[in-house]
Amino acid sequence: MSLTNRLLNSLRRIKAITTKEIRQLMRDRITFGMVVMIPLIQLLLFGYAINTDVRNVPVAIVDQSNSALGRWIVEAIKVTQVVSIESHYTTASEAEAAITRGEIRAALILPPNLTEKLANKETLGQWLVDGSDTMIAGAIKQLRHMPLDQITGMKTEAPPTFEVALFYNPEQRSAVNIVPGLIAVILTMTMILFTSAAIVRERERGNLELLITTPIKPIELMLGKIFPYIIVGLIQMTIILGLGNIIFDVPINGDIAQLLMGTLLFIAASLTLGLIISTIAKSQLQAMQMTIFIILPTILLSGFMFPFEAMPKPAQWIAEILPATHFMRIIRAVVLRGGEISDMRFDALWLVGFTVIGIIIASLRFNKRLD
Amino acid sequence: MSNKGSSSELAIDARGLTKHFGSLAAVSNMNLSVEKGHIYGFLGPNGCGKSTSIRMLTGLLTPTAGSIEVLGMSIPKQAEALRLRIGYMTQKFSLYDDLTVKENLEFIAQIYCLTPNESKRKISELLSTYKLIKQAKQYAGTLSGGQKQRLSLACSCLNDPELLFLDEPTSAVDPQNRRDFWEQLFDLSESGTSILVTTHYMDEAERCHGLAIMEQGYIRADGSPNELMRQMGAHVIEVSHPNLRQLKSELILNAEIKSAAQLGSRLRVLVDNKISDPMGWLRQIRPELVESELRQVPPNLEDVFVTVTGQDRDSDRNSPRKPQTSEAN
Repeated sequence: MSLTNRLLNSLRRIKAITTKEIRQLMRDRITFGMVVMIPLIQLLLFGYAINTDVRNVPVAIVDQSNSALGRWIVEAIKVTQVVSIESHYTTASEAEAAITRGEIRAALILPPNLTEKLANKETLGQWLVDGSDTMIAGAIKQLRHMPLDQITGMKTEAPPTFEVALFYNPEQRSAVNIVPGLIAVILTMTMILFTSAAIVRERERGNLELLITTPIKPIELMLGKIFPYIIVGLIQMTIILGLGNIIFDVPINGDIAQLLMGTLLFIAASLTLGLIISTIAKSQLQAMQMTIFIILPTILLSGFMFPFEAMPKPAQWIAEILPATHFMRIIRAVVLRGGEISDMRFDALWLVGFTVIGIIIASLRFNKRLD
Repeated sequence: MSNKGSSSELAIDARGLTKHFGSLAAVSNMNLSVEKGHIYGFLGPNGCGKSTSIRMLTGLLTPTAGSIEVLGMSIPKQAEALRLRIGYMTQKFSLYDDLTVKENLEFIAQIYCLTPNESKRKISELLSTYKLIKQAKQYAGTLSGGQKQRLSLACSCLNDPELLFLDEPTSAVDPQNRRDFWEQLFDLSESGTSILVTTHYMDEAERCHGLAIMEQGYIRADGSPNELMRQMGAHVIEVSHPNLRQLKSELILNAEIKSAAQLGSRLRVLVDNKISDPMGWLRQIRPELVESELRQVPPNLEDVFVTVTGQDRDSDRNSPRKPQTSEAN
């Protein structure tokens, strides 16, 4: 048989697998629904819920001065909106007990000689803080240097040492950073889950026993299974970015072609990861467990929630292995900073390399033998 | 489906075939010759190595030892090329439940790279041969056992295979469907297709041109059903007696009695060929049988099976097998 003929037959078999896969996907109503609902619900959930600006921390006030100045300071703190005053106590030990019970996160102690302290330019009061949540502790710490100009009528603050110009997200809205990152997280989840289940399901249902007695080659089976999910991935990306733009006002500064290219690279890498899992897992449950094993570090280490640079070196190395880390950089560069793939060529090349090696590993691992 | 002059007239030729899974010997030193155009049966209980043998013959499992030639091709080396020329029907239904009958056929046709025209012609032909026209648009998962089995057979015939492997094809269907199924196998055989089929039904085994009785990874006997019955090496005596349970448990203690099985109000006793007058001998060892009705009947395949596998002889499992049946022809 000539090479062209063989290639043509190969394409036919890939097409057969793809057609079958799409048919099965369309008939599985719940899975088909999840393709749309996962990005939709999660976008709304994360877009609204994840907020790194700390607000409304529940606190208590222990005002032992019982003075006009004390009431002024409490009002000034309320105005910052960082805290919400839940209760008042008369002694510090009562406040500490409330912190222990978890009713409040912090308590402000204003001593009896408050007015005197102000006159002597001493530190006025003390915050008792539940420091276990570092984000909340950090927010309260910011109150240390709260200006009191309005109360005292005098300028207490020196001019700032630096001026800060905020590019790309001047209003400091979390959603701007979260929504593009969400594409990476959701695509990791659905792409790996769908493909990892794809081959294991055939094994569980006994379809594979028949397939391996046909002339189909492992690589054809792998490619045929991947194609439908590439489309699924692109649909999900469109939903997240489109709705993110409409609902959360996330700008799309980059070129659509660049966006597509970056996303395709990531989809391909995630799908091959799923295929590798599917050649290892013996059941759909195992495939699911392995997928979760990958999703958790993707959410926590890829830079989706916490800055990559702030992590210790070993965590950064682990994160570098994950395709999502590289895609997180690409998608944020393209969507938020109007960058191009060529600006991010290391990350793009890494995704390409991951895909190629992944496909080879998966094809080698998928043996048409039973032993 | 021409028989190539250069290759032998054997569809399958396996020598010294052995497969170990760890310390378990699933198949031991199997010699197998299946003539082209024949229906050849593997008869044996579950776990006797039938499926393992089929998987080695189709190149799905690599033998621990031995050589295999299927349709003149060396297996497992040429397994990929062989796949275009064989059909395989798995023990468990292995088509897609969420595709329709027609879609399943189309899928397999595409996998075998049939042209759209060929595929269309072949599928409509198979749908009518296997009486699935009415079910063409039905999901395969909703078919009855018999329909699923016909669909499986239809799918494994899409590429006009020269050799069909059927792994317990009738385990999930009723007797009427089994009879119809065998009619279809004979039609295929008539048109030149060689068939290797595994079964644990005696009546099916009796229909095969050739037969191998397997037990614990060994072929205990092989040949045509008639040959096997002729060479069985035991007389079959049916005994009528009021207390059959008691009689049976006492009879099988004799080394010359190969088996005793109750059939309703009669006991079917297999007596070793060494005894020239089995009825007289029985009455001699069990005087209470003098009054009873004894009748010598021709052997059936079940008798052969029992004789060569030593079923019913748990107390005597390790006795040497009769060499003339296990090495016949």
